Amino acid sequence: MTASETLDPLLTAQTWRESGRDVAVATVVETWGSAPRPSGSHLVIDGEGNFEGSVSGGCVEGAVITEALDVITSGVPKMLEFGVADETAWRVGLSCGGKIKVYVERLA
Amino acid sequence: MELQTLARLNAARQARKAAVVATDLSGGGVRLILEGESVPGPLGEEVAKAFRSGKATTVETDGRALFLNVHLPPPRIVVIGAVHISQALARLAPVAGYDLTIIDPRTAFATEERFGGVELVADWPEDVLKEQPLDAYTALAAVTHDPKIDDFPLSEGLRAGCFYVGALGSRKTHAKRVERLKEMGRTDEEIGRIAAPIGLDIGAASPAEIALATLAQIVQAFRRRNLVTDG
Repeated sequence: MTASETLDPLLTAQTWRESGRDVAVATVVETWGSAPRPSGSHLVIDGEGNFEGSVSGGCVEGAVITEALDVITSGVPKMLEFGVADETAWRVGLSCGGKIKVYVERLA
Repeated sequence: MELQTLARLNAARQARKAAVVATDLSGGGVRLILEGESVPGPLGEEVAKAFRSGKATTVETDGRALFLNVHLPPPRIVVIGAVHISQALARLAPVAGYDLTIIDPRTAFATEERFGGVELVADWPEDVLKEQPLDAYTALAAVTHDPKIDDFPLSEGLRAGCFYVGALGSRKTHAKRVERLKEMGRTDEEIGRIAAPIGLDIGAASPAEIALATLAQIVQAFRRRNLVTDG
């Protein structure tokens, strides 16, 4: 694999799943305002919480990973929304002021 | 998404083929559409639009929200000829997000000193293109002026469906080239796709200006290409 391939989350997801690991794929499906990663960006997560790729500049990945573990267990996809609308949201929010929607599904 | 679908998507991406992944956001499954596949109805139009723009988008069909994620191979430029124009093009292309490879069998031209940091192959296009074939996400610019070097890759670029094929040379030079390409089996329609004289008409005079006009023409061809037949 070349350097760019080892950083390719979709190739990583395939390799992980083929070696028997549980995998969830998170995809940015909508952005408003200044969002660090465009629609279509991927973060892939395994059952142990290992991950590759990004859906933001590192701001909300932690929360997405937690939700992904849920999705892996239940098999039911989830739609997550992140913004900086209020104080609480700051903890898992986007410091850039944007808003994003992330779809998380299990790789069957 | 099924592992099998992901494996097909990854295979297409590694083969430099464009693909759209349509995900039903209400949990209704995932569909993989490869470039050239015909998709009927209004969805076909949306998919064609997504292929053209390269931008992911959500569309409504039959009351369902479908997320269309677009995977396009990174566009690249193959330049035949390690000439003065290519030196400028090699500096401009990365700024616009294009990978660039220069092929020229003439070792006096294809030197590290003239093209430091650029992917440069000092070999005949016939040999190089066997190893690195042209494809629909490649722009081919032939700028040596030498039929022995330019003709084969031009013919290959048309055959492989390069999104852009340009050739340097006056109208008179090009008229002779057209005759030779016909003898090589290219159709009038294929030959009509060649941008010659090369570059958008911005009155370019210096090698750097010709490189800029060529790059602009390549961007125009890429953004306006059509990859999916609406069925």
